[in-house]
Amino acid sequence: MISWQTVSVAFAGRTVVGPLSLTVADGEWLGLIGPNGSGKSTLLKSAVGIVPHEGTVDLGGRERRAGIDIAWMPQRPFLPEEMNVANYVLLGRTPHLGYLGSESRHDLESVSRALHRLQLDDLSERALSTLSGGEAQRAVLARALAQESPILLLDEPTSSLDVGHALEVLEIIDDLRHNEGLTVITAIHDLTLAGRFADRLVLLAAGEIVADGSPSDVLTEEVLIPNYGPGIRVENNGDGPTVIPTRSRRE
Amino acid sequence: MSQGVSTAVAPSRIGPRRWLIAVGTLIVVSVVALLVGSVALSPAGVLKALADRLPLISVDHGLSELETRLLFELRLPRVVMGGLVGAVLAVAGAGYQGVFRNPLADPYLLGVAAGAGLGATLVIGLGAGSATIPPVAFLGGLGAVGATYALSRTAGGRTTTSLILAGVAVAAFATAVQTFLLQRSYDTLREVYSWILGRLVTVGWGEVWTLFAYASGAVVVLVVHRRLLDVLALGDEEASGLGVDVVKVRRFVVVAATLATAAAVSVSGLIGFVGIIVPHTIRLLTGWSYRVIVPLSLVFGATFLILADLGARTLVAPGELPIGVVTAFLGAPFFLLVLRTMRGSS
Repeated sequence: MISWQTVSVAFAGRTVVGPLSLTVADGEWLGLIGPNGSGKSTLLKSAVGIVPHEGTVDLGGRERRAGIDIAWMPQRPFLPEEMNVANYVLLGRTPHLGYLGSESRHDLESVSRALHRLQLDDLSERALSTLSGGEAQRAVLARALAQESPILLLDEPTSSLDVGHALEVLEIIDDLRHNEGLTVITAIHDLTLAGRFADRLVLLAAGEIVADGSPSDVLTEEVLIPNYGPGIRVENNGDGPTVIPTRSRRE
Repeated sequence: MSQGVSTAVAPSRIGPRRWLIAVGTLIVVSVVALLVGSVALSPAGVLKALADRLPLISVDHGLSELETRLLFELRLPRVVMGGLVGAVLAVAGAGYQGVFRNPLADPYLLGVAAGAGLGATLVIGLGAGSATIPPVAFLGGLGAVGATYALSRTAGGRTTTSLILAGVAVAAFATAVQTFLLQRSYDTLREVYSWILGRLVTVGWGEVWTLFAYASGAVVVLVVHRRLLDVLALGDEEASGLGVDVVKVRRFVVVAATLATAAAVSVSGLIGFVGIIVPHTIRLLTGWSYRVIVPLSLVFGATFLILADLGARTLVAPGELPIGVVTAFLGAPFFLLVLRTMRGSS
Protein backbone atom coordinates (compact mmCIF):
# COMPACT_ATOMS: atom_id res chain seq x y z
CA MET A 1 0.00 0.00 0.00
CA ILE A 2 1.18 3.49 -0.76
CA SER A 3 -0.60 6.61 0.32
CA TRP A 4 0.14 10.25 -0.40
CA GLN A 5 -1.34 12.27 2.45
CA THR A 6 -1.85 15.97 1.71
CA VAL A 7 1.36 15.92 -0.30
CA SER A 8 2.41 19.05 -2.12
CA VAL A 9 5.53 19.86 -4.10
CA ALA A 10 6.74 23.37 -4.86
CA PHE A 11 9.64 24.50 -7.04
CA ALA A 12 10.98 28.00 -6.44
CA GLY A 13 7.91 28.92 -4.43
CA ARG A 14 5.46 27.74 -7.13
CA THR A 15 3.29 24.77 -6.21
CA VAL A 16 3.37 22.16 -8.98
CA VAL A 17 1.59 19.30 -7.22
CA GLY A 18 -1.17 19.21 -4.64
CA PRO A 19 -1.82 19.34 -1.90
CA LEU A 20 -3.42 16.01 -2.74
CA SER A 21 -4.15 12.69 -1.13
CA LEU A 22 -4.16 9.40 -2.96
CA THR A 23 -4.04 5.80 -1.79
CA VAL A 24 -3.13 2.82 -3.93
CA ALA A 25 -3.89 -0.62 -2.51
CA ASP A 26 -1.51 -3.59 -2.51
CA GLY A 27 -1.56 -5.35 -5.86
CA GLU A 28 -3.43 -2.54 -7.57
CA TRP A 29 -2.36 -1.02 -10.91
CA LEU A 30 -2.95 2.70 -10.99
CA GLY A 31 -2.55 4.65 -14.22
CA LEU A 32 -1.62 8.31 -13.78
CA ILE A 33 -2.77 10.29 -16.78
CA GLY A 34 -2.85 13.97 -17.53
CA PRO A 35 -1.55 16.50 -20.02
CA ASN A 36 2.12 17.53 -20.15
CA GLY A 37 3.14 19.46 -17.05
CA SER A 38 0.25 18.15 -14.97
CA GLY A 39 2.61 16.84 -12.27
CA LYS A 40 2.63 13.08 -12.96
CA SER A 41 6.40 12.68 -12.89
CA THR A 42 6.74 14.98 -9.88
CA LEU A 43 4.13 13.02 -7.95
CA LEU A 44 6.07 9.80 -8.62
CA LYS A 45 9.35 11.43 -7.59
CA SER A 46 7.80 12.64 -4.34
CA ALA A 47 7.03 9.00 -3.49
CA VAL A 48 10.63 7.98 -4.16
CA GLY A 49 11.81 10.83 -1.95
CA ILE A 50 13.92 12.60 -4.55
CA VAL A 51 11.96 15.84 -4.62
CA PRO A 52 11.31 17.72 -1.41
CA HIS A 53 7.64 17.70 -0.49
CA GLU A 54 5.19 18.70 2.19
CA GLY A 55 2.88 16.08 3.68
CA THR A 56 3.69 12.41 4.09
CA VAL A 57 4.02 9.36 1.89
CA ASP A 58 2.85 6.40 3.94
CA LEU A 59 3.76 2.80 3.14
CA GLY A 60 1.38 1.15 5.58
CA GLY A 61 3.20 2.56 8.59
CA ARG A 62 6.65 1.36 7.51
CA GLU A 63 9.55 3.72 7.16
CA ARG A 64 10.41 4.40 3.53
CA ARG A 65 13.78 2.90 2.55
CA ALA A 66 15.00 4.52 -0.61
CA GLY A 67 15.21 2.08 -3.49
CA ILE A 68 14.13 -0.94 -1.45
CA ASP A 69 10.42 -0.32 -0.89
CA ILE A 70 9.89 1.56 -4.13
CA ALA A 71 11.51 0.99 -7.51
CA TRP A 72 11.28 3.96 -9.85
CA MET A 73 11.80 3.98 -13.58
CA PRO A 74 12.49 7.55 -14.69
CA GLN A 75 10.92 9.05 -17.78
CA ARG A 76 14.25 10.14 -19.25
CA PRO A 77 16.85 7.84 -17.74
CA PHE A 78 20.51 8.61 -18.22
CA LEU A 79 22.18 5.72 -20.01
CA PRO A 80 26.00 5.75 -19.67
CA GLU A 81 27.02 4.97 -23.24
CA GLU A 82 29.72 2.39 -22.66
CA MET A 83 28.08 0.52 -19.79
CA ASN A 84 26.79 -2.89 -20.79
CA VAL A 85 23.22 -4.01 -20.18
CA ALA A 86 24.02 -6.55 -17.44
CA ASN A 87 26.07 -4.06 -15.45
CA TYR A 88 23.39 -1.41 -15.89
CA VAL A 89 20.70 -3.74 -14.58
CA LEU A 90 23.06 -4.71 -11.76
CA LEU A 91 22.90 -1.11 -10.53
CA GLY A 92 19.31 -1.92 -9.59
CA ARG A 93 20.71 -4.00 -6.72
CA THR A 94 22.43 -0.94 -5.22
CA PRO A 95 19.80 -0.32 -2.52
CA HIS A 96 20.34 -3.84 -1.16
CA LEU A 97 24.11 -3.63 -0.85
CA GLY A 98 24.82 -1.23 1.97
CA TYR A 99 27.20 1.70 1.69
CA LEU A 100 30.40 -0.17 0.94
CA GLY A 101 28.98 -3.63 0.25
CA SER A 102 29.35 -5.73 -2.85
CA GLU A 103 27.04 -8.02 -4.78
CA SER A 104 26.19 -11.47 -3.47
CA ARG A 105 25.21 -14.45 -5.57
CA HIS A 106 21.56 -13.62 -4.83
CA ASP A 107 22.03 -10.15 -6.34
CA LEU A 108 23.52 -11.58 -9.52
CA GLU A 109 20.67 -14.08 -9.79
CA SER A 110 18.10 -11.29 -9.39
CA VAL A 111 19.73 -9.46 -12.26
CA SER A 112 19.81 -12.58 -14.37
CA ARG A 113 16.07 -13.09 -13.74
CA ALA A 114 15.25 -9.47 -14.60
CA LEU A 115 17.22 -9.75 -17.86
CA HIS A 116 15.40 -12.95 -18.72
CA ARG A 117 11.96 -11.53 -18.01
CA LEU A 118 12.55 -8.68 -20.39
CA GLN A 119 14.17 -10.92 -23.00
CA LEU A 120 17.49 -9.20 -22.67
CA ASP A 121 19.60 -12.37 -22.23
CA ASP A 122 21.20 -12.02 -25.64
CA LEU A 123 21.84 -8.32 -25.16
CA SER A 124 23.40 -8.54 -21.71
CA GLU A 125 26.95 -7.86 -22.95
CA ARG A 126 25.95 -5.06 -25.33
CA ALA A 127 26.86 -1.45 -24.58
CA LEU A 128 23.83 0.71 -23.82
CA SER A 129 24.71 3.06 -26.69
CA THR A 130 24.19 0.26 -29.20
CA LEU A 131 20.61 -0.51 -28.15
CA SER A 132 17.51 0.57 -30.03
CA GLY A 133 15.08 2.82 -28.17
CA GLY A 134 12.87 -0.11 -27.28
CA GLU A 135 15.77 -2.29 -26.10
CA ALA A 136 17.05 0.55 -23.95
CA GLN A 137 13.62 1.02 -22.41
CA ARG A 138 13.48 -2.67 -21.56
CA ALA A 139 16.94 -2.38 -19.96
CA VAL A 140 15.72 0.47 -17.77
CA LEU A 141 12.67 -1.53 -16.78
CA ALA A 142 14.87 -4.53 -16.02
CA ARG A 143 16.94 -2.34 -13.69
CA ALA A 144 13.77 -1.35 -11.84
CA LEU A 145 12.65 -5.01 -11.64
CA ALA A 146 16.06 -6.04 -10.29
CA GLN A 147 15.34 -3.86 -7.27
CA GLU A 148 12.67 -6.42 -6.31
CA SER A 149 10.61 -3.74 -4.61
CA PRO A 150 6.94 -4.36 -3.79
CA ILE A 151 5.97 -1.04 -5.37
CA LEU A 152 6.88 -0.22 -8.96
CA LEU A 153 6.64 3.38 -10.18
CA LEU A 154 7.02 3.58 -13.94
CA ASP A 155 7.23 6.95 -15.62
CA GLU A 156 6.25 6.48 -19.27
CA PRO A 157 7.46 2.86 -19.51
CA THR A 158 6.34 2.52 -23.12
CA SER A 159 7.20 5.92 -24.59
CA SER A 160 9.90 4.55 -26.94
CA LEU A 161 8.16 1.32 -27.81
CA ASP A 162 6.13 0.41 -30.85
CA VAL A 163 2.65 -0.82 -30.08
CA GLY A 164 3.69 -4.49 -30.20
CA HIS A 165 6.56 -4.07 -27.77
CA ALA A 166 4.50 -1.72 -25.61
CA LEU A 167 1.84 -4.40 -25.22
CA GLU A 168 4.51 -6.99 -24.52
CA VAL A 169 6.14 -4.92 -21.78
CA LEU A 170 2.83 -4.02 -20.16
CA GLU A 171 1.85 -7.72 -20.19
CA ILE A 172 5.11 -8.56 -18.41
CA ILE A 173 4.36 -5.93 -15.79
CA ASP A 174 0.85 -7.30 -15.41
CA ASP A 175 2.19 -10.84 -14.94
CA LEU A 176 4.58 -9.62 -12.27
CA ARG A 177 1.80 -7.81 -10.53
CA HIS A 178 -0.33 -10.93 -10.41
CA ASN A 179 2.42 -13.44 -9.67
CA GLU A 180 4.29 -11.41 -7.10
CA GLY A 181 1.62 -9.10 -5.76
CA LEU A 182 3.34 -5.93 -6.89
CA THR A 183 1.68 -2.56 -6.66
CA VAL A 184 2.16 -0.73 -9.94
CA ILE A 185 1.77 2.95 -10.69
CA THR A 186 2.44 4.10 -14.23
CA ALA A 187 2.45 7.59 -15.62
CA ILE A 188 1.41 7.08 -19.19
CA HIS A 189 0.44 9.26 -22.11
CA ASP A 190 -1.29 6.63 -24.20
CA LEU A 191 -4.77 6.82 -22.71
CA THR A 192 -6.09 3.73 -24.44
CA LEU A 193 -3.19 1.59 -23.25
CA ALA A 194 -3.56 3.05 -19.77
CA GLY A 195 -7.19 2.02 -19.76
CA ARG A 196 -6.42 -1.50 -21.03
CA PHE A 197 -4.01 -2.34 -18.24
CA ALA A 198 -4.69 -0.20 -15.17
CA ASP A 199 -7.41 -1.11 -12.67
CA ARG A 200 -7.89 2.51 -11.92
CA LEU A 201 -7.00 5.81 -13.55
CA VAL A 202 -6.24 9.12 -11.87
CA LEU A 203 -6.30 12.19 -14.09
CA LEU A 204 -4.05 15.00 -12.96
CA ALA A 205 -4.30 18.55 -14.23
CA ALA A 206 -2.19 21.41 -12.95
CA GLY A 207 -1.06 19.24 -10.04
CA GLU A 208 -4.58 18.43 -8.84
CA ILE A 209 -6.60 15.23 -9.10
CA VAL A 210 -9.53 16.02 -11.39
CA ALA A 211 -10.81 12.48 -11.92
CA ASP A 212 -10.30 9.17 -10.12
CA GLY A 213 -12.03 5.97 -11.04
CA SER A 214 -12.18 2.94 -13.29
CA PRO A 215 -11.01 3.36 -16.90
CA SER A 216 -14.58 3.48 -18.14
CA ASP A 217 -15.38 6.26 -15.63
CA VAL A 218 -12.34 8.39 -16.47
CA LEU A 219 -11.91 7.79 -20.19
CA THR A 220 -14.95 9.72 -21.29
CA GLU A 221 -15.20 12.72 -23.55
CA GLU A 222 -16.77 14.70 -20.68
CA VAL A 223 -13.68 14.15 -18.51
CA LEU A 224 -10.95 14.25 -21.15
CA ILE A 225 -11.96 17.15 -23.44
CA PRO A 226 -11.76 19.87 -20.74
CA ASN A 227 -8.20 18.73 -19.99
CA TYR A 228 -6.81 17.64 -23.36
CA GLY A 229 -8.75 19.90 -25.71
CA PRO A 230 -11.56 19.20 -28.18
CA GLY A 231 -9.70 16.86 -30.54
CA ILE A 232 -10.63 13.71 -28.67
CA ARG A 233 -13.27 11.08 -29.28
CA VAL A 234 -13.87 8.07 -27.08
CA GLU A 235 -15.33 4.87 -28.46
CA ASN A 236 -16.35 1.92 -26.38
CA ASN A 237 -16.08 -1.60 -27.64
CA GLY A 238 -15.59 -4.98 -26.06
CA ASP A 239 -12.00 -4.22 -24.98
CA GLY A 240 -12.87 -1.04 -23.11
CA PRO A 241 -12.67 2.63 -23.99
CA THR A 242 -10.55 3.62 -26.99
CA VAL A 243 -9.37 7.21 -27.17
CA ILE A 244 -9.13 8.50 -30.72
CA PRO A 245 -7.45 11.75 -31.71
CA THR A 246 -9.48 13.69 -34.27
CA ARG A 247 -8.72 16.71 -36.42
CA SER A 248 -11.08 19.59 -36.26
CA ARG A 249 -9.64 21.14 -39.42
CA ARG A 250 -8.83 19.33 -42.68
CA GLU A 251 -7.03 20.64 -45.72
CA MET B 1 10.29 -18.45 -12.15
CA SER B 2 13.98 -18.87 -12.74
CA GLN B 3 13.59 -21.67 -15.27
CA GLY B 4 15.50 -21.06 -18.43
CA VAL B 5 17.61 -18.35 -16.78
CA SER B 6 21.17 -18.81 -17.84
CA THR B 7 22.62 -15.35 -18.34
CA ALA B 8 25.79 -15.11 -16.30
CA VAL B 9 26.08 -11.70 -14.71
CA ALA B 10 29.34 -10.46 -13.24
CA PRO B 11 30.29 -7.03 -11.98
CA SER B 12 33.14 -5.30 -13.81
CA ARG B 13 36.43 -6.34 -12.34
CA ILE B 14 40.12 -6.45 -13.09
CA GLY B 15 40.96 -9.93 -14.27
CA PRO B 16 44.21 -11.71 -13.30
CA ARG B 17 45.73 -10.95 -16.72
CA ARG B 18 45.24 -7.22 -16.33
CA TRP B 19 46.63 -7.30 -12.79
CA LEU B 20 49.65 -9.19 -14.03
CA ILE B 21 50.30 -6.70 -16.82
CA ALA B 22 49.79 -3.69 -14.52
CA VAL B 23 51.93 -4.89 -11.63
CA GLY B 24 54.53 -6.49 -13.92
CA THR B 25 54.99 -3.20 -15.80
CA LEU B 26 55.32 -1.30 -12.53
CA ILE B 27 58.01 -3.69 -11.26
CA VAL B 28 59.99 -3.62 -14.51
CA VAL B 29 59.85 0.18 -14.76
CA SER B 30 60.84 0.55 -11.09
CA VAL B 31 63.86 -1.75 -11.48
CA VAL B 32 64.98 0.06 -14.64
CA ALA B 33 64.63 3.39 -12.80
CA LEU B 34 66.89 2.03 -10.05
CA LEU B 35 69.53 0.92 -12.51
CA VAL B 36 69.71 3.95 -14.78
CA GLY B 37 71.25 7.25 -13.82
CA SER B 38 74.49 9.23 -13.74
CA VAL B 39 76.14 6.12 -12.30
CA ALA B 40 75.02 2.85 -13.85
CA LEU B 41 74.47 0.06 -11.33
CA SER B 42 74.75 -3.62 -12.17
CA PRO B 43 71.32 -5.24 -12.46
CA ALA B 44 72.37 -8.35 -10.54
CA GLY B 45 73.94 -6.23 -7.80
CA VAL B 46 70.80 -4.11 -7.41
CA LEU B 47 68.47 -7.11 -7.29
CA LYS B 48 70.72 -8.88 -4.77
CA ALA B 49 71.04 -5.73 -2.64
CA LEU B 50 67.25 -5.37 -2.61
CA ALA B 51 66.86 -9.04 -1.63
CA ASP B 52 69.47 -8.54 1.09
CA ARG B 53 67.21 -5.96 2.75
CA LEU B 54 64.36 -8.45 3.06
CA PRO B 55 63.92 -10.07 6.46
CA LEU B 56 65.67 -13.43 6.99
CA ILE B 57 67.62 -13.12 3.72
CA SER B 58 71.30 -12.40 3.49
CA VAL B 59 72.95 -12.06 0.07
CA ASP B 60 76.36 -10.83 -0.94
CA HIS B 61 75.43 -8.20 -3.53
CA GLY B 62 78.86 -7.01 -4.54
CA LEU B 63 77.95 -3.27 -4.69
CA SER B 64 80.45 -0.82 -3.20
CA GLU B 65 79.45 1.17 -0.15
CA LEU B 66 79.00 4.27 -2.31
CA GLU B 67 76.80 2.37 -4.75
CA THR B 68 74.76 0.93 -1.90
CA ARG B 69 74.21 4.41 -0.48
CA LEU B 70 73.33 5.73 -3.91
CA LEU B 71 70.80 2.94 -4.31
CA PHE B 72 69.15 3.10 -0.90
CA GLU B 73 69.47 6.77 0.00
CA LEU B 74 68.93 8.45 -3.38
CA ARG B 75 67.44 6.26 -6.08
CA LEU B 76 65.12 4.00 -4.09
CA PRO B 77 63.41 6.81 -2.12
CA ARG B 78 63.08 8.77 -5.34
CA VAL B 79 61.51 5.86 -7.21
CA VAL B 80 59.17 5.09 -4.30
CA MET B 81 58.27 8.76 -4.03
CA GLY B 82 57.62 9.02 -7.76
CA GLY B 83 55.41 5.95 -7.53
CA LEU B 84 53.48 7.29 -4.55
CA VAL B 85 52.94 10.76 -6.02
CA GLY B 86 51.87 9.29 -9.37
CA ALA B 87 49.51 6.80 -7.72
CA VAL B 88 47.97 9.46 -5.50
CA LEU B 89 47.48 12.04 -8.29
CA ALA B 90 46.01 9.46 -10.66
CA VAL B 91 43.58 7.95 -8.17
CA ALA B 92 42.51 11.41 -6.98
CA GLY B 93 41.87 12.33 -10.63
CA ALA B 94 39.72 9.22 -11.06
CA GLY B 95 37.79 10.19 -7.93
CA TYR B 96 37.09 13.73 -9.14
CA GLN B 97 36.09 12.47 -12.57
CA GLY B 98 33.65 10.02 -10.97
CA VAL B 99 31.90 12.41 -8.62
CA PHE B 100 31.72 15.25 -11.14
CA ARG B 101 30.80 12.89 -14.00
CA ASN B 102 33.33 14.71 -16.08
CA PRO B 103 36.32 12.90 -17.62
CA LEU B 104 38.22 16.18 -17.74
CA ALA B 105 37.95 16.93 -14.03
CA ASP B 106 41.38 16.83 -12.45
CA PRO B 107 42.97 17.07 -9.01
CA TYR B 108 43.68 20.75 -9.50
CA LEU B 109 40.07 21.56 -10.24
CA LEU B 110 39.03 23.00 -6.92
CA GLY B 111 41.97 25.34 -6.48
CA VAL B 112 44.29 22.82 -4.79
CA ALA B 113 47.24 23.61 -7.02
CA ALA B 114 46.84 27.37 -6.94
CA GLY B 115 46.45 27.37 -3.14
CA ALA B 116 49.44 25.11 -2.63
CA GLY B 117 51.46 27.21 -5.10
CA LEU B 118 50.60 30.35 -3.15
CA GLY B 119 51.69 28.64 0.08
CA ALA B 120 55.02 27.61 -1.43
CA THR B 121 55.58 31.09 -2.89
CA LEU B 122 54.97 32.64 0.52
CA VAL B 123 57.48 30.32 2.19
CA ILE B 124 60.14 30.85 -0.48
CA GLY B 125 59.48 34.59 -0.69
CA LEU B 126 59.75 35.03 3.06
CA GLY B 127 63.02 33.12 3.02
CA ALA B 128 61.78 30.45 5.41
CA GLY B 129 63.53 27.06 5.27
CA SER B 130 62.57 24.68 2.48
CA ALA B 131 61.43 22.18 5.11
CA THR B 132 58.44 24.41 5.76
CA ILE B 133 57.29 24.31 2.11
CA PRO B 134 55.34 21.02 2.32
CA PRO B 135 53.17 21.84 5.35
CA VAL B 136 52.46 25.39 4.19
CA ALA B 137 51.71 24.21 0.63
CA PHE B 138 49.39 21.56 2.10
CA LEU B 139 47.58 24.21 4.17
CA GLY B 140 47.41 26.49 1.13
CA GLY B 141 45.81 23.71 -0.93
CA LEU B 142 43.28 22.87 1.77
CA GLY B 143 42.55 26.56 2.39
CA ALA B 144 41.82 27.08 -1.30
CA VAL B 145 39.43 24.12 -1.40
CA GLY B 146 37.73 25.40 1.77
CA ALA B 147 37.32 28.80 0.09
CA THR B 148 35.95 27.09 -3.04
CA TYR B 149 33.32 25.28 -0.97
CA ALA B 150 32.34 28.38 0.96
CA LEU B 151 32.07 30.41 -2.24
CA SER B 152 30.00 27.80 -4.08
CA ARG B 153 27.57 27.58 -1.16
CA THR B 154 26.99 31.30 -1.02
CA ALA B 155 26.87 31.61 -4.81
CA GLY B 156 24.75 28.79 -6.02
CA GLY B 157 24.03 26.06 -3.52
CA ARG B 158 25.29 22.55 -4.00
CA THR B 159 25.43 22.06 -7.73
CA THR B 160 28.53 20.70 -9.41
CA THR B 161 28.69 23.66 -11.77
CA SER B 162 28.75 26.23 -8.98
CA LEU B 163 31.51 24.23 -7.25
CA ILE B 164 33.66 24.10 -10.38
CA LEU B 165 33.11 27.79 -11.17
CA ALA B 166 34.00 28.67 -7.58
CA GLY B 167 37.18 26.58 -8.00
CA VAL B 168 38.09 28.57 -11.10
CA ALA B 169 37.53 31.86 -9.25
CA VAL B 170 39.57 30.80 -6.21
CA ALA B 171 42.40 29.50 -8.42
CA ALA B 172 42.45 32.76 -10.39
CA PHE B 173 42.60 34.78 -7.17
CA ALA B 174 45.35 32.65 -5.60
CA THR B 175 47.37 32.78 -8.83
CA ALA B 176 46.98 36.57 -8.94
CA VAL B 177 48.27 36.91 -5.37
CA GLN B 178 51.11 34.53 -6.19
CA THR B 179 52.09 36.54 -9.28
CA PHE B 180 52.01 39.75 -7.22
CA LEU B 181 54.34 38.21 -4.62
CA LEU B 182 56.67 36.95 -7.35
CA GLN B 183 56.91 40.40 -8.89
CA ARG B 184 57.83 41.83 -5.50
CA SER B 185 60.64 39.35 -4.91
CA TYR B 186 62.33 38.83 -8.22
CA ASP B 187 65.32 36.96 -6.77
CA THR B 188 63.19 34.00 -5.61
CA LEU B 189 61.50 33.60 -8.98
CA ARG B 190 63.63 30.71 -10.11
CA GLU B 191 63.15 28.72 -6.92
CA VAL B 192 59.39 29.21 -6.98
CA TYR B 193 59.15 28.22 -10.63
CA SER B 194 61.20 25.11 -10.05
CA TRP B 195 58.67 24.16 -7.37
CA ILE B 196 55.73 25.00 -9.61
CA LEU B 197 57.10 22.77 -12.37
CA GLY B 198 57.37 19.89 -9.95
CA ARG B 199 60.39 18.02 -8.72
CA LEU B 200 61.34 14.83 -6.97
CA VAL B 201 64.96 15.98 -6.57
CA THR B 202 65.29 16.65 -2.88
CA VAL B 203 63.48 13.54 -1.90
CA GLY B 204 64.61 11.43 1.01
CA TRP B 205 62.82 8.79 3.06
CA GLY B 206 61.38 11.43 5.42
CA GLU B 207 59.28 12.96 2.65
CA VAL B 208 58.24 9.51 1.43
CA TRP B 209 56.85 8.62 4.87
CA THR B 210 55.21 12.02 5.23
CA LEU B 211 53.33 11.57 1.97
CA PHE B 212 52.44 7.99 2.84
CA ALA B 213 51.03 9.08 6.19
CA TYR B 214 48.97 11.91 4.71
CA ALA B 215 47.72 10.16 1.61
CA SER B 216 47.19 6.48 2.50
CA GLY B 217 43.92 7.01 4.38
CA ALA B 218 42.58 9.20 1.58
CA VAL B 219 43.54 6.61 -1.04
CA VAL B 220 41.73 3.88 0.90
CA VAL B 221 38.59 6.06 1.00
CA LEU B 222 38.78 6.53 -2.79
CA VAL B 223 39.29 2.83 -3.46
CA VAL B 224 36.35 1.70 -1.31
CA HIS B 225 34.02 4.16 -3.06
CA ARG B 226 34.71 2.79 -6.54
CA ARG B 227 31.41 0.88 -6.83
CA LEU B 228 29.42 3.93 -5.75
CA LEU B 229 31.18 6.03 -8.39
CA ASP B 230 29.63 3.71 -10.97
CA VAL B 231 26.17 4.39 -9.51
CA LEU B 232 26.81 8.15 -9.65
CA ALA B 233 27.31 7.75 -13.41
CA LEU B 234 23.49 7.65 -13.60
CA GLY B 235 23.22 11.20 -12.28
CA ASP B 236 22.20 12.49 -8.87
CA GLU B 237 18.47 11.89 -9.20
CA GLU B 238 18.64 8.27 -10.32
CA ALA B 239 21.42 7.45 -7.86
CA SER B 240 19.26 8.90 -5.07
CA GLY B 241 16.34 6.80 -6.32
CA LEU B 242 18.61 3.77 -5.81
CA GLY B 243 19.12 4.72 -2.19
CA VAL B 244 22.55 6.33 -2.56
CA ASP B 245 23.23 9.38 -0.38
CA VAL B 246 24.77 11.35 -3.22
CA VAL B 247 25.82 14.33 -1.13
CA LYS B 248 27.61 12.08 1.36
CA VAL B 249 29.44 10.10 -1.32
CA ARG B 250 30.48 13.27 -3.12
CA ARG B 251 31.72 14.84 0.10
CA PHE B 252 33.76 11.77 1.09
CA VAL B 253 35.35 11.40 -2.34
CA VAL B 254 36.11 15.10 -2.86
CA VAL B 255 37.62 15.49 0.62
CA ALA B 256 39.73 12.35 0.17
CA ALA B 257 40.88 13.31 -3.33
CA THR B 258 41.72 16.82 -2.17
CA LEU B 259 43.66 15.65 0.87
CA ALA B 260 45.59 13.19 -1.26
CA THR B 261 46.35 15.79 -3.93
CA ALA B 262 47.39 18.44 -1.41
CA ALA B 263 49.72 15.92 0.26
CA ALA B 264 51.30 14.98 -3.08
CA VAL B 265 51.62 18.59 -4.22
CA SER B 266 53.17 19.63 -0.92
CA VAL B 267 56.12 17.26 -1.35
CA SER B 268 56.57 17.23 -5.12
CA GLY B 269 55.36 20.59 -6.38
CA LEU B 270 52.86 20.86 -9.19
CA ILE B 271 53.01 17.84 -11.48
CA GLY B 272 50.28 18.21 -14.03
CA PHE B 273 48.60 15.80 -16.45
CA VAL B 274 48.86 12.64 -14.30
CA GLY B 275 45.38 13.03 -12.81
CA ILE B 276 43.73 13.39 -16.19
CA ILE B 277 45.84 11.24 -18.46
CA VAL B 278 46.22 8.09 -16.41
CA PRO B 279 42.55 7.47 -15.49
CA HIS B 280 41.41 8.57 -18.92
CA THR B 281 43.80 6.25 -20.73
CA ILE B 282 42.65 3.38 -18.53
CA ARG B 283 39.05 4.30 -19.31
CA LEU B 284 39.76 4.24 -23.03
CA LEU B 285 41.50 0.88 -22.81
CA THR B 286 39.34 -0.98 -20.29
CA GLY B 287 35.92 0.65 -20.30
CA TRP B 288 33.71 2.76 -18.13
CA SER B 289 33.74 1.13 -14.70
CA TYR B 290 35.41 2.86 -11.75
CA ARG B 291 35.76 -0.59 -10.19
CA VAL B 292 38.52 -1.06 -12.75
CA ILE B 293 39.64 2.54 -13.28
CA VAL B 294 40.33 3.37 -9.61
CA PRO B 295 42.62 0.44 -8.70
CA LEU B 296 44.40 0.50 -12.06
CA SER B 297 44.93 4.26 -11.74
CA LEU B 298 46.92 3.56 -8.59
CA VAL B 299 49.23 1.13 -10.36
CA PHE B 300 49.57 2.92 -13.71
CA GLY B 301 49.82 6.34 -12.03
CA ALA B 302 52.85 5.03 -10.15
CA THR B 303 54.35 3.50 -13.30
CA PHE B 304 53.76 6.65 -15.34
CA LEU B 305 55.43 8.99 -12.88
CA ILE B 306 58.43 6.71 -12.25
CA LEU B 307 58.91 6.62 -16.02
CA ALA B 308 58.51 10.39 -16.29
CA ASP B 309 61.06 10.91 -13.53
CA LEU B 310 63.45 8.56 -15.27
CA GLY B 311 63.09 10.79 -18.33
CA ALA B 312 63.52 13.93 -16.22
CA ARG B 313 66.90 12.84 -14.91
CA THR B 314 68.31 11.16 -18.02
CA LEU B 315 67.10 13.08 -21.09
CA VAL B 316 69.39 16.09 -20.58
CA ALA B 317 71.96 14.42 -18.26
CA PRO B 318 73.95 15.57 -16.40
CA GLY B 319 71.28 18.25 -16.08
CA GLU B 320 67.71 17.54 -15.05
CA LEU B 321 64.34 18.54 -16.47
CA PRO B 322 61.42 19.56 -14.27
CA ILE B 323 59.22 16.46 -14.03
CA GLY B 324 56.08 18.50 -14.77
CA VAL B 325 57.57 19.30 -18.17
CA VAL B 326 58.25 15.61 -18.81
CA THR B 327 54.74 14.50 -17.81
CA ALA B 328 53.33 16.97 -20.30
CA PHE B 329 55.83 15.98 -23.01
CA LEU B 330 55.24 12.26 -22.54
CA GLY B 331 51.62 12.48 -21.57
CA ALA B 332 50.09 14.67 -24.22
CA PRO B 333 51.30 12.76 -27.32
CA PHE B 334 50.66 9.39 -25.67
CA PHE B 335 47.17 10.49 -24.80
CA LEU B 336 46.51 11.67 -28.34
CA LEU B 337 47.81 8.37 -29.66
CA VAL B 338 45.48 6.39 -27.42
CA LEU B 339 42.59 8.63 -28.36
CA ARG B 340 43.25 8.21 -32.08
CA THR B 341 43.70 4.46 -31.79
CA MET B 342 40.48 4.05 -29.87
CA ARG B 343 38.48 6.28 -32.21
CA GLY B 344 39.97 4.46 -35.19
CA SER B 345 39.06 1.03 -33.89
CA SER B 346 35.53 2.04 -32.94
